[in-house]
Amino acid sequence: MYRGHVLCCGGTGCTSSGSEAIINEMEAQLKANGLENEIKVIKTGCFGLCALGPIMVVYPEGAFYSRVKVEDVKEIVEEHLLKGRIVTRLLYQETVEDDGIKSLNEVDFYKKQHRVALRNCGVIDPENIDEYIEADGYKALGKVLTEMTREEVIDEVTKSGLRGRGGGGFPTGLKWKFAYNAKGDKKFVACNADEGDPGAFMDRSILEGDPHSVIEAMAIAAYAVGADQGYIYIRAEYPIAVKRLEIAIGQARAYGLLGKNIFGTDFSFDLELRLGAGAFVCGEETALMTSIEGKRGEPRPRPPFPANQGLWAKPTLLNNVETYANITQIINNGAEWFSSIGTEKSKGTKVFALGGKINNTGLVEIPMGTTLREIIEEIGGGIPDGKKFKAAQTGGPSGGCIPAALMDTPIDYDSLIQIGSMMGSGGLIVMDEDNCMVDIAKFFLEFTVDESCGKCAPCRIGTKRLLEILTKITDGKGTMEDIDRLEELAYTIKNSSLCGLGQTAPNPVLSTLRYFRDEYIAHVKDKTCPAGVCKALSRYVINREKCKGCSLCSRQCPVGAISGKIKEPFVIDSDKCIKCGACMEACKFGAIYKK
Amino acid sequence: MEEKKRMPFKGTKEQEQQLMEVIESYKGTDGAVIPVLHAAQDIYGYLPIEVQTMIAEGLNVPLAEIYGIVTFYTQFSINPKGQYKIGVCLGTACYVKGSGDILEKIKELLGIDVGECTPDGKFSLDATRCIGACGLAPVMTINDDVYGRLTVDDVADIFSKY
Repeated sequence: MYRGHVLCCGGTGCTSSGSEAIINEMEAQLKANGLENEIKVIKTGCFGLCALGPIMVVYPEGAFYSRVKVEDVKEIVEEHLLKGRIVTRLLYQETVEDDGIKSLNEVDFYKKQHRVALRNCGVIDPENIDEYIEADGYKALGKVLTEMTREEVIDEVTKSGLRGRGGGGFPTGLKWKFAYNAKGDKKFVACNADEGDPGAFMDRSILEGDPHSVIEAMAIAAYAVGADQGYIYIRAEYPIAVKRLEIAIGQARAYGLLGKNIFGTDFSFDLELRLGAGAFVCGEETALMTSIEGKRGEPRPRPPFPANQGLWAKPTLLNNVETYANITQIINNGAEWFSSIGTEKSKGTKVFALGGKINNTGLVEIPMGTTLREIIEEIGGGIPDGKKFKAAQTGGPSGGCIPAALMDTPIDYDSLIQIGSMMGSGGLIVMDEDNCMVDIAKFFLEFTVDESCGKCAPCRIGTKRLLEILTKITDGKGTMEDIDRLEELAYTIKNSSLCGLGQTAPNPVLSTLRYFRDEYIAHVKDKTCPAGVCKALSRYVINREKCKGCSLCSRQCPVGAISGKIKEPFVIDSDKCIKCGACMEACKFGAIYKK
Repeated sequence: MEEKKRMPFKGTKEQEQQLMEVIESYKGTDGAVIPVLHAAQDIYGYLPIEVQTMIAEGLNVPLAEIYGIVTFYTQFSINPKGQYKIGVCLGTACYVKGSGDILEKIKELLGIDVGECTPDGKFSLDATRCIGACGLAPVMTINDDVYGRLTVDDVADIFSKY
């Protein structure tokens, strides 16, 4: 028995900010103080508050230390663990109260969250199967194998109302039913962990923090549809997740939870990992399967759907990581429990990776129907530096931008589609007044042009043309006809591309055109970039109030574009200016700014 | 396009031995090409045509198919990498926080473009997809070290450590 536990985050975010060294130091310090048999150090998965990493939580007090440095560890051990005095200076300030510390559930960041898929992340040691089993792990698999028929399992999932968390939102139960009904001597289940949406890291965090929940759910799915072999297709860019999955699969095999005759029944199931190699299109289901088969990951037309002809032309059930992570909870707590969370058509919770211009960058899991305002202002803690919110981007390169006017839209699959975005896999990037929306559309198009596999013409050529028009506009050479052409081309690509990548690639353009058309027009007509991002359109201006008329800037200007009388405000001739920025750097009064 | 001078292939017997063992262990496995390519890239650091040829012959797959796969996936590189591999994250979260400017600064400092390597073989530069450290945006990696919350002015300082 230990009298205390130190939980330290070993997710990618905290590892990147140095948590590994902190864990080592903690273990060394505990030893030095003879506490190694009293206090246990556990390396957990993600706590969600990545902005405050590295994170360390000490129990039983529940003291939440944030941005811990190696030098701080000694103090935590000597003060807190040895003498029982919490080091207030290092606490996450939100948790500090006059007479002690607040429980995490009362902190703004966690208060509105409801952790279903992330239930074990930051709670258990993901490299230890016993901790997972203690947290009711593999109970659902046992129940399914010994008490439920295959049909009952599918029924339960269907009744829960769970929809695919990878972005499309297809009813999961129905998908399982299709694979169940498909005829074939061999069937597969597969897990899509090729999280390609730039700025999204939900699936990675689940795999890093709770790998067994996915393995268990895949076994349940395999039992339900009649498969005996599974594949997890995961990005090679996620080394920590890959390692933890390998450990977890090994442990599950050793415990007989994978392999032959699981729980003494005649059900057998085993899993293999397949690493992706950096291709966004492989998140599309048919492309993913082609890639597992060891080929170029190009999509193919559907039908036939994977449920009938998937991996090696055999019936295959493919779900995303977060979808699987919900399954055991549905089996353990029942479909009614699950469907009591969320909105009428979108049940349960959704995990979002909050990023960009927001104070609490990190991972949040909220009930469906929570509004964007609640996520950004309450959970996310608002925009840094007192800037103004401009838009939130969901769905990554397939999604769209949501403007401030629609911040009160409840988030679910259907409402997001209605406002021209989509749920996507769960990336939620916040942008403020300093971000140019035309530039953002261009950023996403650069991404899709790069990632288009080239198989079908609308996507291969169309996205390239879209990008060219956008570049023309941000270069200040656009015309009003270009905006119309942009729109027309976007719809053509949407309607005629082969796979989901192409069909959704124009969404960033269409949604910014819909809500931020004025910014496009400013680029085209006024030749200005309101946010001051697009270099070709930015202008250097002297603030008349601040300028002391010292003439330093005019002496720095290499092209003689600045003129004026000494002790009177100077002016920049923007026709001559080459935008080198030398004047702004030289000015001692901060009187020159970019517009 | 001007043709760049190719670095001569300097594979060793030991490396070849390792590769052959990998190929042997995957024989008969469905979909073996990609795992073998991953392993080969770990062994050699990159995948020059010589290595691709060995894999093609070992797995009995046409070289054209191997080449097609190597060039399809961004993780596979047919050019050698530098001693220090720089990756600048161009995921959305990093981009909106200015990682584009950081990339420009690095290009300017090193005089190389994305996907290239400095002539002395010290640094190579890649623009990476989201590495998932969005809490630290904007982020750059040099081999296994992660540098977060960067500003353009930090870059030169960081390089001087290498």
